Amino acid sequence: MTGTYAHATGFYAGDRPRIVTSRFEHADSFTLERYLATGGYQGLRAALSRPSNDVHDEVKKATVLGRGGAGFPAGTKWGLTPDGVFPRYLVVNGDESEPGTYKDRLLMERDPHQLIEGCVIACYAAGLSQCFLYIRGEMAQAQERVAAALNEAYAAGYVGKNILGSKFSVDVVLHWGAGAYVVGEETALIESLEGNRGMPRLKPPFFPAAIGLYGKPTIVNNVETLANLPWILTNGADAYTAIGTTTSPGTRMVAVSGHVKRPGVYEIINGTTTFRDLIYGDDFCQGIRDGNELKAFVPGGGSAPWFTPDQLDIPFEGPQAGAAGSMLGSGAIMVMDNTTDIPAAALTLTRFYAHESCGKCTPCREGGTWLERILRRVVDGKGTDADLQQLIEVGTSICPGDFPHASSTRLGLTAVPFPYKMTTICFVGPSAYTPVHSALTLFPEEFEARVTKRTHIPVTAVGVGE
Amino acid sequence: MSRLSDANVAIAKEIISRYPRPKSALIPLLHLSQEQNGYITNEAMAHLAELVDVTSAEVYGTASFYEMFKFEPVGKYVINICGTLSCALMGSEELMHRAEHKLGIKAGGTTADGLITLEHAECQAACTEAPCLQVNYRYRFRVTPADVDSLVDDLRAGKLSDEIPAHGTLAKVRQHIPADRGVGVVAPEAATTAPSWFDGKAAL
Repeated sequence: MTGTYAHATGFYAGDRPRIVTSRFEHADSFTLERYLATGGYQGLRAALSRPSNDVHDEVKKATVLGRGGAGFPAGTKWGLTPDGVFPRYLVVNGDESEPGTYKDRLLMERDPHQLIEGCVIACYAAGLSQCFLYIRGEMAQAQERVAAALNEAYAAGYVGKNILGSKFSVDVVLHWGAGAYVVGEETALIESLEGNRGMPRLKPPFFPAAIGLYGKPTIVNNVETLANLPWILTNGADAYTAIGTTTSPGTRMVAVSGHVKRPGVYEIINGTTTFRDLIYGDDFCQGIRDGNELKAFVPGGGSAPWFTPDQLDIPFEGPQAGAAGSMLGSGAIMVMDNTTDIPAAALTLTRFYAHESCGKCTPCREGGTWLERILRRVVDGKGTDADLQQLIEVGTSICPGDFPHASSTRLGLTAVPFPYKMTTICFVGPSAYTPVHSALTLFPEEFEARVTKRTHIPVTAVGVGE
Repeated sequence: MSRLSDANVAIAKEIISRYPRPKSALIPLLHLSQEQNGYITNEAMAHLAELVDVTSAEVYGTASFYEMFKFEPVGKYVINICGTLSCALMGSEELMHRAEHKLGIKAGGTTADGLITLEHAECQAACTEAPCLQVNYRYRFRVTPADVDSLVDDLRAGKLSDEIPAHGTLAKVRQHIPADRGVGVVAPEAATTAPSWFDGKAAL
């Protein structure tokens, strides 16, 4: 099957192994009936037939990298809860809002039972007593589909008391947000779930696995991460690691948007698919629209430093993208062709992060707004060369030291690897600077053409003291 | 009337019962209140404060953090046009101009008849289907300026009232945990030992 499915807008199956999107071709993929007819809840049955630490080991062996952005292996994360401290909670991060990203929304709308099964397996494996499934507020249909699926799953005995007639019991509670990008940060998500303003917590502790929801050990997992678990428990970790590479096994979902012929969401083989495959491959985006040239692309969501055609042959693999000066984030590529106004494009992202700053850390609250206003001035043709210097100074107060960027043969630049240092608690502040830094570093001429030289007027010129 | 109705109080209590701390229910309850009244009033926040046992200032403190809660009346339909990178690359600015012209208002404004509010939105997670917009959080994909005109015409003619509920209503389906199937809350202070099923033996 290579076509798109009218009911699964934006998704293209292709001729590739599918772990999390295997039901998308069915118009009724979100119903319990379809789920059961296509192997649904078999992974849960397999899991409950084994001791929980055995299930935990299986997931560890599969090395399921977290799909929320940081890429931390789920099995290892579960192991960070302190021994003997209970209760432990599971919080599912369905607050997907990174610019360019959407895969969790499709997984929730198209296959909610797969996510629910993943939640229940995770609770069993890691000894988690209650699960809260937090869905982004603006996703009305995802909320409806997950609510309906939970109601079906409770009635049929897949969630709640004595699951599948076993001694295992856990509730999955649907929770939904109200519009705040920063809540995707795991400690902000927990604050929000406690009914507070969604501001990230001070670190340490670095992981809510130690101190999380209501001060108790809490695992926060991304939707796509959990959606992999039913398949792994049904088919085994060995079958999972047989796909992809040793460091990045399995598949992952990637959204490619912008100036390509066929923008879409694809489930790709992890670690081996290159950016060239994704942007130019017949099975993927089929090249740049209107016969235009590729100018630049954002490889991993709005927070990621930009790549140019020099980086096309890098595979979609975390450590390699990092060494090349960027990151994969939540699996989103935004493509810009040669008609793109680079400073204006950077402004849309900087405005996003300035707008979404929660206001807790000064460098982000003030710096993001400064970056937006200065960049706006430059884009409007009212900027001076001092403004460009000011952009870098403000950026350096958010991220001191070298900031990662890609190499460029055109400009004779060598790459500075990811990550950066930061003066803020979370990544929103640095993310406001990232597009500014990438655009200024890789396309300096577009900024210089935009600004006027500031004329220095000496004090004596106005006749003071004469 | 901006306190929750009796029927909605019953729903609110069911939602509160799923959380170890009542305050955790605050965001879902604010949505419930907005569903009932179209926006969040001071009286509503005072009532929610009673229900979850915090002060009304704390309710406002939480509510004012989140984009979706409105503290003044908005249109029956709120149109959110995305302007982040993928949509901007595909022409979202033109959509906003067209919508402002068609409606005779600026972004952030509401039409004089109170039917439509127009807002600039940040990434709505439909980037491959850019440019996109939402009407009361229901998507429209690959929108053209002509589509904006016909959308506004359809909203004015009442043609979309079945598909798109009035502003405030999010999911039309609610979670309901049957009494005989639910486990109930696991409060942080109540359970200090491992759950009984977490005993190193298979559950089935």
